[in-house]
Amino acid sequence: MSNPQQLRYSKEHEWLSAAEDGVATVGITAFAANALGDVVYAQLPAVGDTVTAGETCGELESTKSVSDLYSPVTGEVVEANQDVVDDPSLVNSAPFEGGWLFKVRVSEEPEDLLSAAEYEQLTLSGN
Amino acid sequence: MSNAPRLTALDALHRSLGATMTDFAGWDMPLRYGSERDEHNAVRTKAGLFDLSHMGEITLTGPEAVKALDYALVGNISTVGVGRARYTHICREDGGILDDLIVYRLGETEYMVVANASNAQVVLDALTERAAGFDTEVRDDRDAYALIAVQGPESPAILASLTDADLDGLKYYAGLPGTVAGVPALIARTGYTGEDGFELFVSPAHAVELWQALSKAGEGRGLVPCGLSCRDTLRLEAGMPLYGHELTTSLTPFDAGLGRVVKFEKEGDFVGRAALEAAAERSASNPPRKLVGLVAEGRRVPRAGFPVVAGGQVVGEVTSGAPSPTLGKPIAMAYVDAAHAEPGASGVGVDIRGTHEPYEVVALPFYKRQK
Repeated sequence: MSNPQQLRYSKEHEWLSAAEDGVATVGITAFAANALGDVVYAQLPAVGDTVTAGETCGELESTKSVSDLYSPVTGEVVEANQDVVDDPSLVNSAPFEGGWLFKVRVSEEPEDLLSAAEYEQLTLSGN
Repeated sequence: MSNAPRLTALDALHRSLGATMTDFAGWDMPLRYGSERDEHNAVRTKAGLFDLSHMGEITLTGPEAVKALDYALVGNISTVGVGRARYTHICREDGGILDDLIVYRLGETEYMVVANASNAQVVLDALTERAAGFDTEVRDDRDAYALIAVQGPESPAILASLTDADLDGLKYYAGLPGTVAGVPALIARTGYTGEDGFELFVSPAHAVELWQALSKAGEGRGLVPCGLSCRDTLRLEAGMPLYGHELTTSLTPFDAGLGRVVKFEKEGDFVGRAALEAAAERSASNPPRKLVGLVAEGRRVPRAGFPVVAGGQVVGEVTSGAPSPTLGKPIAMAYVDAAHAEPGASGVGVDIRGTHEPYEVVALPFYKRQK
Protein backbone atom coordinates (compact mmCIF):
# COMPACT_ATOMS: atom_id res chain seq x y z
CA MET A 1 0.00 0.00 0.00
CA SER A 2 1.38 3.41 -0.85
CA ASN A 3 1.89 6.03 1.79
CA PRO A 4 -0.24 9.14 1.25
CA GLN A 5 1.92 12.06 0.07
CA GLN A 6 0.23 14.69 2.25
CA LEU A 7 1.08 12.91 5.51
CA ARG A 8 4.30 12.94 7.46
CA TYR A 9 5.79 9.91 9.16
CA SER A 10 7.80 8.95 12.23
CA LYS A 11 10.52 6.32 12.37
CA GLU A 12 8.21 4.41 14.72
CA HIS A 13 5.74 4.04 11.83
CA GLU A 14 3.10 6.53 12.89
CA TRP A 15 1.62 8.98 10.43
CA LEU A 16 0.62 12.53 11.20
CA SER A 17 -1.76 14.68 9.19
CA ALA A 18 -1.25 18.35 8.60
CA ALA A 19 -2.77 20.28 11.48
CA GLU A 20 -6.07 22.01 10.90
CA ASP A 21 -6.79 24.71 13.49
CA GLY A 22 -3.83 23.26 15.36
CA VAL A 23 -5.27 19.72 15.53
CA ALA A 24 -3.57 16.82 13.73
CA THR A 25 -4.64 13.21 13.30
CA VAL A 26 -2.36 10.28 14.21
CA GLY A 27 -2.42 6.70 13.00
CA ILE A 28 -0.03 3.88 12.20
CA THR A 29 1.09 3.11 8.68
CA ALA A 30 -0.01 0.21 6.50
CA PHE A 31 3.54 -1.12 6.79
CA ALA A 32 3.25 -1.20 10.59
CA ALA A 33 -0.26 -2.64 10.53
CA ASN A 34 0.89 -5.41 8.23
CA ALA A 35 3.89 -6.15 10.44
CA LEU A 36 1.65 -6.42 13.49
CA GLY A 37 -0.84 -8.78 11.90
CA ASP A 38 -4.50 -8.68 12.91
CA VAL A 39 -4.90 -6.01 15.57
CA VAL A 40 -7.28 -7.24 18.27
CA TYR A 41 -7.03 -4.63 20.99
CA ALA A 42 -6.20 -0.96 20.99
CA GLN A 43 -5.50 1.05 24.09
CA LEU A 44 -5.53 4.67 22.99
CA PRO A 45 -4.67 7.79 24.95
CA ALA A 46 -7.65 9.45 26.63
CA VAL A 47 -9.04 12.85 25.76
CA GLY A 48 -7.16 15.42 27.84
CA ASP A 49 -3.97 13.34 28.09
CA THR A 50 -0.75 15.06 27.21
CA VAL A 51 1.30 13.02 24.76
CA THR A 52 4.98 13.58 24.09
CA ALA A 53 6.76 13.08 20.79
CA GLY A 54 8.64 9.78 20.76
CA GLU A 55 7.06 8.52 23.99
CA THR A 56 4.53 5.72 24.47
CA CYS A 57 0.90 6.73 24.74
CA GLY A 58 -0.95 3.43 24.32
CA GLU A 59 -0.65 -0.07 23.00
CA LEU A 60 -1.75 -2.16 20.07
CA GLU A 61 -2.24 -5.85 20.59
CA SER A 62 -2.21 -8.33 17.74
CA THR A 63 -2.51 -12.09 17.59
CA LYS A 64 1.17 -12.55 18.16
CA SER A 65 2.36 -9.60 20.16
CA VAL A 66 1.69 -6.35 21.90
CA SER A 67 3.35 -3.18 20.64
CA ASP A 68 3.69 0.19 22.24
CA LEU A 69 2.03 3.06 20.48
CA TYR A 70 4.23 6.15 20.25
CA SER A 71 3.11 9.69 19.66
CA PRO A 72 4.79 11.42 16.73
CA VAL A 73 4.14 14.86 18.27
CA THR A 74 3.71 16.61 21.60
CA GLY A 75 0.32 17.99 22.54
CA GLU A 76 -3.06 17.39 24.13
CA VAL A 77 -5.34 14.60 22.97
CA VAL A 78 -8.68 15.99 21.86
CA GLU A 79 -10.25 12.81 20.45
CA ALA A 80 -9.61 9.05 20.45
CA ASN A 81 -11.11 6.93 17.70
CA GLN A 82 -13.87 4.97 19.44
CA ASP A 83 -14.51 3.04 16.22
CA VAL A 84 -11.03 1.52 16.50
CA VAL A 85 -11.55 0.69 20.18
CA ASP A 86 -14.76 -1.10 19.20
CA ASP A 87 -13.31 -2.73 16.08
CA PRO A 88 -9.50 -2.81 16.16
CA SER A 89 -9.38 -4.54 12.76
CA LEU A 90 -9.93 -1.08 11.22
CA VAL A 91 -6.22 -0.50 11.86
CA ASN A 92 -5.50 -3.30 9.37
CA SER A 93 -8.24 -2.62 6.86
CA ALA A 94 -7.98 1.18 6.67
CA PRO A 95 -4.82 2.35 8.44
CA PHE A 96 -4.79 5.77 6.74
CA GLU A 97 -8.54 6.35 6.92
CA GLY A 98 -11.12 4.87 9.31
CA GLY A 99 -8.31 3.25 11.31
CA TRP A 100 -6.85 6.55 12.56
CA LEU A 101 -6.06 6.45 16.28
CA PHE A 102 -6.27 9.85 17.94
CA LYS A 103 -6.33 13.61 17.32
CA VAL A 104 -3.96 15.88 19.09
CA ARG A 105 -3.73 19.65 19.59
CA VAL A 106 -0.11 20.07 18.59
CA SER A 107 2.11 22.09 20.89
CA GLU A 108 5.47 20.91 19.57
CA GLU A 109 6.62 18.93 16.58
CA PRO A 110 9.90 17.07 16.34
CA GLU A 111 12.13 18.08 13.45
CA ASP A 112 12.80 14.59 12.21
CA LEU A 113 9.40 13.66 10.81
CA LEU A 114 9.71 12.09 7.38
CA SER A 115 8.08 12.76 4.06
CA ALA A 116 6.27 9.91 2.31
CA ALA A 117 9.31 9.36 0.07
CA GLU A 118 11.71 9.34 3.02
CA TYR A 119 9.47 6.94 4.92
CA GLU A 120 9.37 4.60 1.94
CA GLN A 121 13.18 4.59 1.90
CA LEU A 122 13.13 3.65 5.58
CA THR A 123 10.74 0.75 5.12
CA LEU A 124 12.44 -0.48 1.96
CA SER A 125 15.73 -0.66 3.81
CA GLY A 126 14.15 -3.20 6.13
CA ASN A 127 13.52 -1.15 9.23
CA MET B 1 28.52 -23.89 9.44
CA SER B 2 26.07 -21.35 8.17
CA ASN B 3 23.52 -19.71 10.42
CA ALA B 4 21.29 -18.94 7.46
CA PRO B 5 17.77 -20.24 8.00
CA ARG B 6 16.83 -23.48 6.26
CA LEU B 7 14.34 -23.23 3.44
CA THR B 8 11.64 -25.75 2.66
CA ALA B 9 11.05 -27.09 -0.84
CA LEU B 10 8.07 -24.72 -1.01
CA ASP B 11 10.00 -21.57 -0.16
CA ALA B 12 9.76 -19.87 -3.55
CA LEU B 13 6.08 -20.71 -3.75
CA HIS B 14 5.40 -19.11 -0.35
CA ARG B 15 7.17 -15.95 -1.45
CA SER B 16 5.23 -15.85 -4.70
CA LEU B 17 2.05 -16.05 -2.60
CA GLY B 18 3.19 -13.01 -0.62
CA ALA B 19 3.74 -14.84 2.66
CA THR B 20 5.14 -13.04 5.65
CA MET B 21 8.01 -15.31 6.64
CA THR B 22 9.36 -15.93 10.12
CA ASP B 23 12.28 -17.77 11.64
CA PHE B 24 11.06 -20.89 13.40
CA ALA B 25 13.50 -23.37 14.92
CA GLY B 26 16.11 -22.42 12.34
CA TRP B 27 13.71 -22.60 9.41
CA ASP B 28 12.29 -19.74 7.38
CA MET B 29 8.57 -20.54 7.54
CA PRO B 30 5.37 -18.80 6.44
CA LEU B 31 3.81 -16.94 9.36
CA ARG B 32 0.74 -15.90 7.36
CA TYR B 33 -0.19 -15.10 3.78
CA GLY B 34 -2.87 -12.51 4.50
CA SER B 35 -4.96 -12.18 7.64
CA GLU B 36 -4.23 -14.91 10.19
CA ARG B 37 -7.83 -14.60 11.41
CA ASP B 38 -9.16 -15.38 7.95
CA GLU B 39 -6.78 -18.35 7.66
CA HIS B 40 -7.95 -19.64 11.04
CA ASN B 41 -11.60 -19.34 10.10
CA ALA B 42 -10.98 -21.05 6.75
CA VAL B 43 -9.62 -24.13 8.55
CA ARG B 44 -12.61 -24.17 10.92
CA THR B 45 -15.22 -23.81 8.18
CA LYS B 46 -13.61 -24.88 4.88
CA ALA B 47 -9.98 -25.93 4.54
CA GLY B 48 -6.42 -24.74 4.94
CA LEU B 49 -3.12 -25.80 3.39
CA PHE B 50 0.04 -25.84 5.53
CA ASP B 51 3.73 -26.37 4.82
CA LEU B 52 5.08 -28.29 7.82
CA SER B 53 8.30 -29.44 6.21
CA HIS B 54 10.26 -28.26 9.24
CA MET B 55 9.01 -31.18 11.30
CA GLY B 56 11.62 -33.87 11.96
CA GLU B 57 11.15 -37.40 10.61
CA ILE B 58 13.19 -40.31 11.96
CA THR B 59 12.68 -43.84 10.66
CA LEU B 60 13.37 -47.01 12.62
CA THR B 61 13.50 -50.29 10.74
CA GLY B 62 14.45 -53.83 11.61
CA PRO B 63 13.31 -56.76 13.72
CA GLU B 64 13.78 -54.93 17.02
CA ALA B 65 12.59 -51.47 15.96
CA VAL B 66 9.52 -51.77 18.14
CA LYS B 67 11.53 -52.95 21.13
CA ALA B 68 13.85 -50.00 20.71
CA LEU B 69 10.88 -47.61 20.61
CA ASP B 70 9.27 -49.21 23.66
CA TYR B 71 12.55 -48.66 25.50
CA ALA B 72 13.14 -45.14 24.22
CA LEU B 73 9.60 -43.75 24.58
CA VAL B 74 7.01 -43.78 27.36
CA GLY B 75 4.21 -45.22 25.18
CA ASN B 76 3.42 -48.83 24.40
CA ILE B 77 4.41 -48.92 20.75
CA SER B 78 4.02 -52.71 20.46
CA THR B 79 0.24 -52.23 20.54
CA VAL B 80 0.24 -49.98 17.45
CA GLY B 81 -1.06 -51.80 14.39
CA VAL B 82 0.36 -51.42 10.90
CA GLY B 83 -1.09 -48.25 9.39
CA ARG B 84 -1.87 -46.69 12.75
CA ALA B 85 -0.26 -43.81 14.62
CA ARG B 86 0.23 -43.00 18.28
CA TYR B 87 0.83 -39.79 20.21
CA THR B 88 3.56 -40.23 22.81
CA HIS B 89 6.40 -38.56 24.70
CA ILE B 90 10.13 -39.12 24.88
CA CYS B 91 11.41 -38.40 28.38
CA ARG B 92 14.75 -37.99 30.06
CA GLU B 93 16.00 -40.39 32.73
CA ASP B 94 14.61 -37.92 35.32
CA GLY B 95 11.16 -37.99 33.70
CA GLY B 96 11.35 -34.53 32.09
CA ILE B 97 9.70 -34.34 28.69
CA LEU B 98 12.22 -34.10 25.82
CA ASP B 99 9.54 -33.88 23.17
CA ASP B 100 6.06 -34.96 22.20
CA LEU B 101 5.94 -37.18 19.14
CA ILE B 102 3.73 -39.01 16.74
CA VAL B 103 4.87 -42.53 15.86
CA TYR B 104 3.50 -44.05 12.65
CA ARG B 105 3.78 -47.78 12.06
CA LEU B 106 4.40 -47.95 8.33
CA GLY B 107 5.03 -51.69 8.08
CA GLU B 108 5.63 -54.82 10.12
CA THR B 109 9.08 -53.64 11.14
CA GLU B 110 9.10 -50.02 10.02
CA TYR B 111 8.19 -47.00 12.15
CA MET B 112 8.41 -43.28 11.50
CA VAL B 113 8.78 -40.90 14.43
CA VAL B 114 7.79 -37.27 13.84
CA ALA B 115 9.42 -34.80 16.20
CA ASN B 116 8.94 -31.08 16.65
CA ALA B 117 11.29 -29.00 14.51
CA SER B 118 12.92 -27.43 17.55
CA ASN B 119 13.67 -30.85 19.04
CA ALA B 120 14.41 -32.90 15.93
CA GLN B 121 18.14 -33.17 16.58
CA VAL B 122 17.66 -33.92 20.29
CA VAL B 123 15.17 -36.68 19.48
CA LEU B 124 17.38 -38.10 16.72
CA ASP B 125 20.36 -38.22 19.09
CA ALA B 126 18.32 -39.78 21.90
CA LEU B 127 16.76 -42.41 19.65
CA THR B 128 20.13 -43.26 18.11
CA GLU B 129 21.69 -43.70 21.54
CA ARG B 130 18.76 -45.58 23.05
CA ALA B 131 18.42 -47.95 20.08
CA ALA B 132 22.08 -48.93 20.13
CA GLY B 133 21.51 -52.25 21.91
CA PHE B 134 18.71 -53.35 19.59
CA ASP B 135 18.62 -54.92 16.16
CA THR B 136 17.32 -51.83 14.40
CA GLU B 137 18.50 -49.05 12.15
CA VAL B 138 17.76 -45.44 13.09
CA ARG B 139 17.65 -43.27 9.99
CA ASP B 140 17.61 -39.48 9.87
CA ASP B 141 14.85 -38.81 7.32
CA ARG B 142 14.55 -35.07 7.87
CA ASP B 143 15.75 -34.33 4.34
CA ALA B 144 13.73 -37.16 2.82
CA TYR B 145 10.34 -35.60 3.41
CA ALA B 146 8.40 -32.47 2.79
CA LEU B 147 5.22 -32.35 4.84
CA ILE B 148 2.02 -30.73 3.58
CA ALA B 149 -1.13 -30.68 5.68
CA VAL B 150 -4.64 -30.07 4.45
CA GLN B 151 -6.96 -29.44 7.38
CA GLY B 152 -10.61 -28.57 7.78
CA PRO B 153 -14.06 -29.99 7.05
CA GLU B 154 -13.57 -29.79 3.26
CA SER B 155 -10.24 -31.62 3.38
CA PRO B 156 -11.61 -35.16 2.78
CA ALA B 157 -13.43 -33.99 -0.36
CA ILE B 158 -10.39 -32.10 -1.62
CA LEU B 159 -8.06 -35.02 -1.08
CA ALA B 160 -10.54 -37.57 -2.44
CA SER B 161 -10.49 -35.76 -5.78
CA LEU B 162 -6.74 -36.41 -6.05
CA THR B 163 -6.31 -39.96 -4.76
CA ASP B 164 -7.64 -43.47 -5.08
CA ALA B 165 -6.64 -44.20 -1.50
CA ASP B 166 -9.48 -45.38 0.72
CA LEU B 167 -9.93 -42.21 2.77
CA ASP B 168 -13.19 -43.44 4.29
CA GLY B 169 -11.28 -46.41 5.64
CA LEU B 170 -8.51 -44.21 6.97
CA LYS B 171 -9.33 -43.51 10.60
CA TYR B 172 -8.12 -40.63 12.76
CA TYR B 173 -4.53 -41.33 13.80
CA ALA B 174 -3.86 -43.67 10.93
CA GLY B 175 -1.52 -43.41 7.97
CA LEU B 176 -0.73 -45.50 4.92
CA PRO B 177 1.29 -45.15 1.72
CA GLY B 178 -0.65 -44.07 -1.35
CA THR B 179 -0.59 -41.72 -4.30
CA VAL B 180 -1.91 -38.16 -4.29
CA ALA B 181 -2.06 -36.25 -7.57
CA GLY B 182 0.29 -38.86 -9.02
CA VAL B 183 2.83 -38.29 -6.27
CA PRO B 184 3.84 -41.10 -3.88
CA ALA B 185 2.84 -40.01 -0.38
CA LEU B 186 2.36 -41.27 3.10
CA ILE B 187 -1.22 -40.21 3.75
CA ALA B 188 -1.94 -39.69 7.44
CA ARG B 189 -5.18 -38.64 9.05
CA THR B 190 -3.52 -36.52 11.69
CA GLY B 191 -3.18 -32.84 12.36
CA TYR B 192 -2.88 -30.16 14.94
CA THR B 193 -5.89 -27.96 14.32
CA GLY B 194 -8.82 -29.67 16.02
CA GLU B 195 -10.35 -30.36 12.60
CA ASP B 196 -10.51 -33.39 10.39
CA GLY B 197 -7.54 -33.36 8.07
CA PHE B 198 -4.58 -35.03 6.52
CA GLU B 199 -0.82 -34.81 6.63
CA LEU B 200 1.01 -35.80 3.47
CA PHE B 201 4.65 -36.83 3.69
CA VAL B 202 6.25 -36.64 0.25
CA SER B 203 9.62 -36.32 -1.37
CA PRO B 204 10.74 -32.66 -1.38
CA ALA B 205 11.09 -33.02 -5.14
CA HIS B 206 7.31 -33.48 -5.36
CA ALA B 207 6.28 -30.83 -2.84
CA VAL B 208 5.53 -27.99 -5.26
CA GLU B 209 3.60 -30.27 -7.61
CA LEU B 210 1.48 -31.60 -4.71
CA TRP B 211 0.87 -28.14 -3.22
CA GLN B 212 -0.31 -26.85 -6.58
CA ALA B 213 -2.57 -29.84 -7.16
CA LEU B 214 -4.13 -29.42 -3.72
CA SER B 215 -4.57 -25.68 -4.29
CA LYS B 216 -6.34 -26.34 -7.55
CA ALA B 217 -8.51 -29.09 -6.07
CA GLY B 218 -9.41 -26.71 -3.25
CA GLU B 219 -10.54 -23.93 -5.55
CA GLY B 220 -14.26 -23.52 -5.03
CA ARG B 221 -14.05 -25.32 -1.71
CA GLY B 222 -12.60 -22.40 0.22
CA LEU B 223 -9.08 -23.82 0.62
CA VAL B 224 -6.50 -21.15 1.50
CA PRO B 225 -2.79 -21.37 2.29
CA CYS B 226 -2.20 -21.03 6.03
CA GLY B 227 0.81 -20.03 8.09
CA LEU B 228 2.17 -20.87 11.50
CA SER B 229 0.29 -18.02 13.17
CA CYS B 230 -3.14 -19.55 12.65
CA ARG B 231 -1.75 -23.00 13.33
CA ASP B 232 -1.00 -21.74 16.83
CA THR B 233 -4.46 -20.29 17.47
CA LEU B 234 -6.11 -23.41 16.02
CA ARG B 235 -4.18 -25.77 18.29
CA LEU B 236 -4.72 -23.49 21.28
CA GLU B 237 -8.50 -23.52 20.77
CA ALA B 238 -8.29 -27.30 20.46
CA GLY B 239 -6.41 -27.46 23.78
CA MET B 240 -3.40 -29.16 22.24
CA PRO B 241 -0.07 -28.74 24.04
CA LEU B 242 2.89 -27.08 22.32
CA TYR B 243 6.42 -28.08 23.17
CA GLY B 244 8.25 -25.22 24.87
CA HIS B 245 4.97 -23.89 26.25
CA GLU B 246 2.81 -26.56 27.90
CA LEU B 247 5.55 -29.20 27.70
CA THR B 248 9.16 -28.74 28.80
CA THR B 249 12.05 -30.73 30.23
CA SER B 250 11.15 -29.40 33.68
CA LEU B 251 7.75 -31.16 33.58
CA THR B 252 6.95 -34.86 33.54
CA PRO B 253 3.90 -36.08 31.59
CA PHE B 254 2.10 -36.29 34.96
CA ASP B 255 2.81 -32.63 35.68
CA ALA B 256 1.42 -31.78 32.25
CA GLY B 257 -1.82 -33.67 32.89
CA LEU B 258 -0.80 -36.25 30.27
CA GLY B 259 0.11 -39.12 32.60
CA ARG B 260 -2.06 -41.36 30.46
CA VAL B 261 0.62 -41.45 27.74
CA VAL B 262 2.98 -43.25 30.16
CA LYS B 263 2.43 -47.01 29.94
CA PHE B 264 3.99 -48.68 32.97
CA GLU B 265 2.29 -51.95 32.06
CA LYS B 266 4.42 -52.48 28.95
CA GLU B 267 7.11 -55.13 28.97
CA GLY B 268 10.66 -54.28 29.87
CA ASP B 269 12.35 -51.17 31.14
CA PHE B 270 12.11 -47.79 29.46
CA VAL B 271 14.03 -44.58 29.85
CA GLY B 272 12.55 -42.61 32.72
CA ARG B 273 10.51 -45.44 34.25
CA ALA B 274 11.72 -45.06 37.84
CA ALA B 275 11.40 -41.28 37.86
CA LEU B 276 7.99 -41.44 36.22
CA GLU B 277 6.72 -43.99 38.76
CA ALA B 278 7.74 -41.56 41.48
CA ALA B 279 6.10 -38.70 39.56
CA ALA B 280 2.87 -40.71 39.24
CA GLU B 281 2.80 -41.35 43.00
CA ARG B 282 3.61 -37.73 43.74
CA SER B 283 0.84 -36.48 41.48
CA ALA B 284 -1.69 -38.84 43.11
CA SER B 285 -0.88 -37.77 46.67
CA ASN B 286 -0.08 -34.13 46.03
CA PRO B 287 -1.69 -32.92 42.80
CA PRO B 288 0.55 -30.63 40.80
CA ARG B 289 -0.66 -27.47 39.15
CA LYS B 290 -3.32 -28.30 36.65
CA LEU B 291 -3.43 -27.26 33.01
CA VAL B 292 -6.65 -25.29 32.53
CA GLY B 293 -8.27 -23.00 30.04
CA LEU B 294 -8.80 -19.32 30.72
CA VAL B 295 -11.29 -17.16 28.85
CA ALA B 296 -10.95 -13.40 29.11
CA GLU B 297 -13.84 -11.28 30.19
CA GLY B 298 -12.10 -8.26 28.68
CA ARG B 299 -10.06 -7.87 25.51
CA ARG B 300 -6.48 -7.85 26.66
CA VAL B 301 -4.49 -10.86 25.57
CA PRO B 302 -2.56 -13.03 28.03
CA ARG B 303 0.87 -14.18 26.87
CA ALA B 304 3.14 -17.05 27.85
CA GLY B 305 4.81 -16.35 31.18
CA PHE B 306 2.19 -13.93 32.53
CA PRO B 307 1.19 -14.69 36.16
CA VAL B 308 -2.24 -16.10 36.95
CA VAL B 309 -3.48 -14.34 40.09
CA ALA B 310 -6.26 -14.75 42.65
CA GLY B 311 -6.77 -12.79 45.85
CA GLY B 312 -3.58 -10.85 45.24
CA GLN B 313 -1.51 -14.05 45.08
CA VAL B 314 0.21 -15.67 42.11
CA VAL B 315 -1.55 -19.03 41.65
CA GLY B 316 -0.24 -20.07 38.27
CA GLU B 317 1.34 -19.12 34.98
CA VAL B 318 0.08 -18.69 31.44
CA THR B 319 1.76 -21.07 28.97
CA SER B 320 0.02 -19.95 25.75
CA GLY B 321 -2.39 -17.14 25.03
CA ALA B 322 -3.99 -15.57 21.99
CA PRO B 323 -7.15 -13.93 20.79
CA SER B 324 -9.50 -16.76 19.82
CA PRO B 325 -11.10 -16.13 16.43
CA THR B 326 -13.76 -18.76 17.15
CA LEU B 327 -14.74 -17.50 20.61
CA GLY B 328 -14.12 -13.85 19.79
CA LYS B 329 -12.26 -13.41 23.08
CA PRO B 330 -8.71 -13.84 24.30
CA ILE B 331 -8.00 -17.34 25.63
CA ALA B 332 -5.07 -18.98 27.35
CA MET B 333 -3.76 -22.23 28.65
CA ALA B 334 -2.20 -22.00 32.08
CA TYR B 335 -0.88 -24.16 34.88
CA VAL B 336 -2.90 -23.24 37.96
CA ASP B 337 -2.83 -24.40 41.62
CA ALA B 338 -5.45 -27.08 42.24
CA ALA B 339 -7.41 -24.76 44.57
CA HIS B 340 -8.15 -22.42 41.66
CA ALA B 341 -8.29 -24.93 38.81
CA GLU B 342 -11.96 -25.93 38.91
CA PRO B 343 -14.04 -24.61 36.02
CA GLY B 344 -15.85 -21.52 37.22
CA ALA B 345 -13.36 -20.82 40.02
CA SER B 346 -14.02 -17.27 41.18
CA GLY B 347 -11.65 -14.35 41.42
CA VAL B 348 -9.08 -15.69 38.97
CA GLY B 349 -7.31 -13.26 36.69
CA VAL B 350 -4.17 -12.70 34.69
CA ASP B 351 -1.68 -9.99 35.53
CA ILE B 352 -1.33 -8.19 32.21
CA ARG B 353 1.48 -5.68 32.54
CA GLY B 354 0.47 -4.78 36.09
CA THR B 355 -3.31 -4.89 35.75
CA HIS B 356 -5.41 -7.75 37.11
CA GLU B 357 -7.67 -8.72 34.21
CA PRO B 358 -10.52 -11.08 35.13
CA TYR B 359 -10.58 -14.51 33.48
CA GLU B 360 -12.98 -17.42 33.63
CA VAL B 361 -11.47 -20.86 34.36
CA VAL B 362 -12.81 -23.44 31.90
CA ALA B 363 -12.11 -27.07 31.06
CA LEU B 364 -10.04 -27.73 27.94
CA PRO B 365 -10.50 -27.74 25.01
CA PHE B 366 -12.05 -24.40 24.16
CA TYR B 367 -13.29 -25.76 20.87
CA LYS B 368 -14.40 -29.22 19.81
CA ARG B 369 -15.54 -29.91 16.29
CA GLN B 370 -18.98 -31.38 15.63
CA LYS B 371 -18.62 -34.88 14.24
